[in-house]
Amino acid sequence: MALDRKTGTAPREFKIIGTRPARPDGIDKVTGRARFGADMSAPGMLVGRVLRSPHAHARIKSIDSSAAEALSGVHAVVTRADFPAPGEDVADILDNCMAGEKALYDGHAVAAVAASSAAVARQALKLIKVEYEPLPHVTDVDAAMAVDAPALHEGRANETVPDGHSPNVMARHAFGHGDIEAGLAQADRVLERSYRTEATHQGYIEPHACLASMGADGQADLWCCTQGHYMVRNTCAAILGITQGQLRVTASEIGGGFGGKTTVFLEPVALMLAKKTGRPVKMVMSRAEVLRATGPTSSSSVDIRLGMTSDGRITAGFAELRYQGGAYPGAPVDMGAMSAFAPYDLENVRTIGWDVVTNRPKAAAYRAPGAPMAAFAVESAIDELARDLGLDPLEVRLKNAAREGTRASYGPTYPAIGLEATLRTARDHPHWSAPLGPNQGRGVACGFWFNFGGDTCVSLNITPDGTVNLSEGNPDIGGSRASMSMMAAEELGIPYDKVRTVIADTGSLGQNEVTDGSRVTFAVGLATIEAARAAKREMCKRAAQVWGIDEEAVIWEDGAARPSGPNAGEHPPMTLADIAAIASNTGGPIAGHYEINAEGAGVSFATHMVDTEVDPDTGAVTILRYTVFQDAGKAVHPSYVEGQFQGGAVQGIGWALNEEYIYDDNGILQNAGFLDYRIPVASDLPMIDAVILEIPNPGHPYGVRGVGETSIVPPLAAIANAVSAATGTRMSDLPMSPPKVLAAIQAR
Amino acid sequence: MSKIHVTTTINGDPVDFLCDPGETLLDVLRDRLGMTGSKEGCGTGDCGACSVTVEGRLVCSCLMLGAEAEGREIATIEGMADGETLHPLQRKFIEHAALQCGICTPGILVAAKSLLERNPDPTEEETRYWLAGNLCRCTGYDKIIRAVMDAAKDMREAS
Repeated sequence: MALDRKTGTAPREFKIIGTRPARPDGIDKVTGRARFGADMSAPGMLVGRVLRSPHAHARIKSIDSSAAEALSGVHAVVTRADFPAPGEDVADILDNCMAGEKALYDGHAVAAVAASSAAVARQALKLIKVEYEPLPHVTDVDAAMAVDAPALHEGRANETVPDGHSPNVMARHAFGHGDIEAGLAQADRVLERSYRTEATHQGYIEPHACLASMGADGQADLWCCTQGHYMVRNTCAAILGITQGQLRVTASEIGGGFGGKTTVFLEPVALMLAKKTGRPVKMVMSRAEVLRATGPTSSSSVDIRLGMTSDGRITAGFAELRYQGGAYPGAPVDMGAMSAFAPYDLENVRTIGWDVVTNRPKAAAYRAPGAPMAAFAVESAIDELARDLGLDPLEVRLKNAAREGTRASYGPTYPAIGLEATLRTARDHPHWSAPLGPNQGRGVACGFWFNFGGDTCVSLNITPDGTVNLSEGNPDIGGSRASMSMMAAEELGIPYDKVRTVIADTGSLGQNEVTDGSRVTFAVGLATIEAARAAKREMCKRAAQVWGIDEEAVIWEDGAARPSGPNAGEHPPMTLADIAAIASNTGGPIAGHYEINAEGAGVSFATHMVDTEVDPDTGAVTILRYTVFQDAGKAVHPSYVEGQFQGGAVQGIGWALNEEYIYDDNGILQNAGFLDYRIPVASDLPMIDAVILEIPNPGHPYGVRGVGETSIVPPLAAIANAVSAATGTRMSDLPMSPPKVLAAIQAR
Repeated sequence: MSKIHVTTTINGDPVDFLCDPGETLLDVLRDRLGMTGSKEGCGTGDCGACSVTVEGRLVCSCLMLGAEAEGREIATIEGMADGETLHPLQRKFIEHAALQCGICTPGILVAAKSLLERNPDPTEEETRYWLAGNLCRCTGYDKIIRAVMDAAKDMREAS
């Protein structure tokens, strides 16, 4: 059966893809009607609150909750003792949600209470007596690697770690090919330099929140803000010892995540409180709790060795990366080590990554986890060598750029990729040749991200009146419902506003991977298109039945089934609405489904260009102009693609200039609030120009690549390169806060 | 702890409620009156997600006590549209894709409306400084600033 005359990724004319319609949830979100995590309540609801460790590292000797439990209005207290012994795959997750033998960081949950009001809950927390034995602590990654550093865990290092390391070193990752020493020997100039970045938080404006209920029969419901409600279901079920089928999770609207909502914090605790009390329990974090106890990203310490010929060819690249991932193994240093040199075609390249634990909250994913710190080091080193050799840093990148057929530093060989296109477009853009004034400098940097696919399941249902309901299982974090509706409408040949996309609960669809890895527009889009194709096949079948001809003699074109071929006969086309109206008489309801573990996500590259001005008296840095060049494969809704470019760039600006976790000598976080943990505000910034390039991804029917994460990879280095150019001194330590920049200027 | 009886006006409607003396206006709106359009992002007046106006003045409702609403006129995001008709700012935010997750959007709209009531023709810089108390982590502010300035232009032309 010929379904489509246009297939594959050959250039094609789209009717809806590439336009900019209003998002389906727009009115809800501008009127206050949209319901986020904390916006739900239930009859008889209790309020849950968490008691948190005031110590960076302490043995929990005893917990006495009797006084709290005796307080009027208190319905339950839970501690770790209430949870069953966890399986290996959720042991660290549970320990992070509720401490076991030790509190491992300032803010680590040690107990929780459910009470009739927030005021009673707060009072109850004060009545819980925890006896701590404070232990020596460590929060710095390099200090934690010293063999005599205070140890968080014993005997947990995996087999990749050679003997003789600190017990805080959990894993070693190595990638690359060629011979570094031989490559460096061919260089005209070799640079060795170390770089540091501080931990930053994803900084979503919506604190974690959930509402849990559980009946005596073990059937449970959970409403929460998450990037992946299937992940929440599976994790909570494992922790609570119930089946996945017993727990239905509904994702609220989500007020930002950036990777930070790809795990659980409150959810298992709320469910346990609900179980103990038999009442619905709502839990909402304060901002201080978000900063103290949810995932920031790793801080990093990176050593680079880079060799370059006098005409700009990179002869060897070596990086040793040390990331602390907080209190449990799993710092994203593997992805840092894989991505560090991914934009370049190198004969000799090697990266080594060390995963280190410290007395800090467990790192969670943060937009392209691990990549920005690695790119900061590598892209700074390339820039420094290029400038030392009197070469144009953009031309040096072009000369070494990975292209189709390049063997990537982390293993695979690239198919068609867009890096060169971003570099050429950047070189030809008016920004690159615009004049600069005194104390101003321009920087460029490239960035890479893998992009993910993964388990995806969608259901597309044709209603009797000929409209379409698409159910998908990935929370819409930045307009993805619009993209899905567009892809369904494009494929079916019907108007955009005839499709309504909803995010289904975990009881309604099969497993869906988390909204992460820039996967949703790619993988859910692919599944949506295939589900629409399945529905089209069924509609062609129904038309064939009505016309009394073979299914093979029916094609779908412009939103209607049409007879096609020499023996089809003459029949007026049947539109989707025509077929829907008689579905009951032709075999019943019509739907299309698709389930896949999606592969072929298509790697992503970007080049960023930034102008900065440095105040020589204060060290303050102003961003004057910023341009993002990134390959989107195919931009489904260009406004939201631009939004991803702009948002990632600005998070990178915050990371480069302001944001950092500050600990005192006792390991206590000193800036657990938005006043002191300062994310960029509107008056800090210029407009962020977004240039979309479209090099189709062969792995997607419309050529789509994920765009969400790559945009945070280049800014750290691009800005450091610009500030270094403006000040005439190399900035290798983030954030470039005014005191640090001023000191660098004065030391020049 | 005895509660305080408060009589006030919210989005033009007469409202009365009982609240604890230490309860914020934001908690009253969200937890007692079911008006969850105003959001709590920080509870310390740093993020602006809870922005409302009191007697026309822009405030963070997390920094004001519910009891202080007595006898005053409060306006929240829920009162911004006129029935089915969106305010020009609301329309322009959708048109310009000036929101991604949407959690900061109610506060930013309330703050932007307050700006345009005082200054119908703000420069980009004036807009950026007026909205500097409203954090958005998704957009980088570009499309927000464009939407506010475009709405201002439409409103000037319509008046």
